[in-house]
Amino acid sequence: MILTAQQSLLIIAVVALATVLTRVLPFLLFPENKKTPPYILYLGKVLPFSAIGLLIVYCLKDVPVSSAPHGLPEGLAIGGVVLLHLAKRNSLLSIGGGTALYMLLVQLIFV
Amino acid sequence: MEVKKKALAAAFPHTLPVLTGYIFFGTAFGVILGSKGYSLGWAILMSAAVYAGAAQFVTIGLLTTAFNPVYAFAITLAVNARHLFYGISMLGRLRGLGWKKAYLAFGLTDETFSILCAAEPPEGVDRNWFMFFITLLDHLYWIIGSGLGILLGEMVAFNSKGIDFVMTALFVVIFIEQWKSQQCHAPAIIGVLASSACLLLFGAKHFVLPAMLVIVAVLTLSRKTLERRTA
Repeated sequence: MILTAQQSLLIIAVVALATVLTRVLPFLLFPENKKTPPYILYLGKVLPFSAIGLLIVYCLKDVPVSSAPHGLPEGLAIGGVVLLHLAKRNSLLSIGGGTALYMLLVQLIFV
Repeated sequence: MEVKKKALAAAFPHTLPVLTGYIFFGTAFGVILGSKGYSLGWAILMSAAVYAGAAQFVTIGLLTTAFNPVYAFAITLAVNARHLFYGISMLGRLRGLGWKKAYLAFGLTDETFSILCAAEPPEGVDRNWFMFFITLLDHLYWIIGSGLGILLGEMVAFNSKGIDFVMTALFVVIFIEQWKSQQCHAPAIIGVLASSACLLLFGAKHFVLPAMLVIVAVLTLSRKTLERRTA
């Protein structure tokens, strides 16, 4: 452990609070007796798609592109996930297979 | 009592896909958390109180770097901002649930949201308890999975390097599923391009909040076109 137990507890409490906030806020802002503004409904329709794109980039943010192996393990493993998913369309298989491939690549080939 | 039993029995089959997924991801989470020196109690605490897959993986990173609660708060908001939109979509379905509404809102993960959107209880089963038990079962799977991961990591010494990729793979799969479900791909493309541009511009540590602002701005400016194309 790098942080102390107290620091860890505080981080977990803060993360829990922020998470609850994102889940409960819509119900507080738009109570049952009021009409939801059309702009919010529009954002609710398009934003989930942009959000997943952001999350993929977030996962890859620390991949070194300019130095070896130039993001090759990540690129290959993502390619594997996409191909597996297009072929079988079984989410658990695609995720499990892609992760196994990535672990093989970083443990055996690009060490 | 009879009402609750019937609702639980009706809810269980709907949660089976989540059972597999959460034991798998929960275990992956537990193994990584355990590898950083955190014991069973920590995993159970985090999975019970935070109950958010992506955010908990990110939290492991926050626990293994310099102490910074403000950054932890901001990054969690950014990672979980999509839940705002699940909440907005569920405003109608969670109407009139009383105290259960608070727990269902707390437990509105990606997976539970997707089940609650579609599942309808069979006749004679109380709808409120049915939705409550779907949420509760999913929550328990997640807690049990992460506990298993800690135990597994202690029992078997295996090289877990690269297991973090499970999160990337999950999002890539969701991305493909969303892509296939839509005619108009602009929101997905805007998400990837705006985030990549902000990553190049602001660097890995500071790009998430600017990326969110740019995404909302572009979506707002192109509202007329997108509303026509996604209608």
